[in-house]
Amino acid sequence: MANGMIGRILPFAMLAAPVAALAQPLPADPLGSPMWDYHAQKLFAGAPVVFDDKVQVQLPMLAENQHVMPVTVDARALGEVVRIVIFADLNPIPVAVEYTPLEAQAFVATRIKLDQRTPVRAAVLTADGVWHVAGDWVDAAGGGCSAPPLSRVRGDWADHLGEMRGAVWSGADVTRLRVAFRHPMDTGLVENIPVYNIERLTVSDAAGKLLARMAIHASVSEDPSFTLMLVPQVTGAISVAARDTGGLEFDGQIAPASGTRIAAALLR
Amino acid sequence: MIARRGVLLGALALPFAARAQQFAGTYEPQASAIGDGIWMVRGADEAIGFANGGAIANTVIMASDAGAILVDTGPSLAFGRALEALARRLTGQPVGRIYITHLHPDHSFGNGAFSGTPIHSLPATRAELERDGSGFADAMYRMLVGWMTGTEVVLPLGDVTGGDTMFGGRSLRLLALDGHSEGDLAILDHASGTLLAGDLVFHDRAPATPHADFARWQASLERLEAVGHRQLVPGHGPLDTSGKAIAQTRDWLGWLETSLRRSVASGLDMAEAANLPIPDRFAGIAAARYELTRSVSHFYPRLEAELLPRVDG
Repeated sequence: MANGMIGRILPFAMLAAPVAALAQPLPADPLGSPMWDYHAQKLFAGAPVVFDDKVQVQLPMLAENQHVMPVTVDARALGEVVRIVIFADLNPIPVAVEYTPLEAQAFVATRIKLDQRTPVRAAVLTADGVWHVAGDWVDAAGGGCSAPPLSRVRGDWADHLGEMRGAVWSGADVTRLRVAFRHPMDTGLVENIPVYNIERLTVSDAAGKLLARMAIHASVSEDPSFTLMLVPQVTGAISVAARDTGGLEFDGQIAPASGTRIAAALLR
Repeated sequence: MIARRGVLLGALALPFAARAQQFAGTYEPQASAIGDGIWMVRGADEAIGFANGGAIANTVIMASDAGAILVDTGPSLAFGRALEALARRLTGQPVGRIYITHLHPDHSFGNGAFSGTPIHSLPATRAELERDGSGFADAMYRMLVGWMTGTEVVLPLGDVTGGDTMFGGRSLRLLALDGHSEGDLAILDHASGTLLAGDLVFHDRAPATPHADFARWQASLERLEAVGHRQLVPGHGPLDTSGKAIAQTRDWLGWLETSLRRSVASGLDMAEAANLPIPDRFAGIAAARYELTRSVSHFYPRLEAELLPRVDG
């Protein structure tokens, strides 16, 4: 009991002294993560933070594959969203994506690697400067970030590098975009394989207007996949462009309603 | 790998010996007679976990004049030893012959308790276990720790072909099938009319799919439907005396494949697909959400590559 109290008070006291004049105190972490204070100070830099159920972080009930753990974040209940950050406290590369929706809705789904049991969270910045945070613990076998990707083991990663698949589903209230790349997304934590990952993704409409952009880190899974929600008024082909840390650029054009047609063909 | 774990444990144990809690779990497998000279040992209808020691698969013991026949050895060395003692108690003889239905560790990791007894399997099962055994061992040790003490991957002979065989006066038909894995052995015990289906059939427990091929699995179930039997021992779940388990497994697999394809085709990502509603008719099936979630992980990337078009250049 006494140890627990000291454990709770000490980090707060240490943190509060140097930044007390600027920062609001961090709320206590409902997940009890040992790395919450550390990440929160770096990510939020003294901005107000609340734990908020309006941020829905959808996780599978178990991480069947620690190399490919799906995360879906839906923050559309929050109103105007500036940024969505997905991070895993105990990963060696904690942040997976930093998504700026711009003209898109506050929704993103992707797949990340887990190096051990860890909290997986979304932090959502609203236009009023407040970070809204939600997430949960996920149990995982070790090595998601520190075992080589499958395409490195097979040896065929370069044969398919940058291949893109995707489609757009046009609905009455939302346009859903899915896009996936073949890429090893090397973490740099595997012996003799330097870090090599897609680091930037942009989505534009047919007129060249930027709709959304994302900074991507090597903790996103091999062959990264992204699901976004665009506003329904988007018509015409969607352009998706990505760049990796080797300077290679990958571009694709996704036809409107291409996904709607796939669904119709399957259900016919 | 086993040796390294032993060293680590030994090094750790010394300084904390006075306060250390010893792992005290013991398996107590229970057999129920399901016919003349045939017993079923029920696994828990759960996921592999520390609470059940990994003892989730069904095992069958049969009596013969040449020693007990054991079908599947369970998740660990200690479980295999408990099965050995149980078979001896039930039949009055040591285990004389062992069949492993397929590669998965909840069925094959007790092999180490039976040195000197031939362990038979389909050739594909041996090849798959040679490929995946070490990875399985890592996962099993992580989840089950003390339960796994001393467990090593012991490869079966890989010498089984389909057809009728006789052992110690007991007549068995061996069926070489696949679909749940690359090699699935089913066995018909003529004396009792019992079909031992291995993990081709799950009963009131959701099917697991880490090495599954839907089309081949359905084809194997079609073949099993045509094999006359009075009762069926599924790989997981209760004895089936009403003839519904094969149809239930086919129903789940059909729904699962359709649901996964529809999820990909309608633009859902993996977590959304794993959290979709499960139809009411599967309400009585244990571990349904757990296995759906695993199946999404097993199949989704493949289906995306098949259904979503290339959009670069």
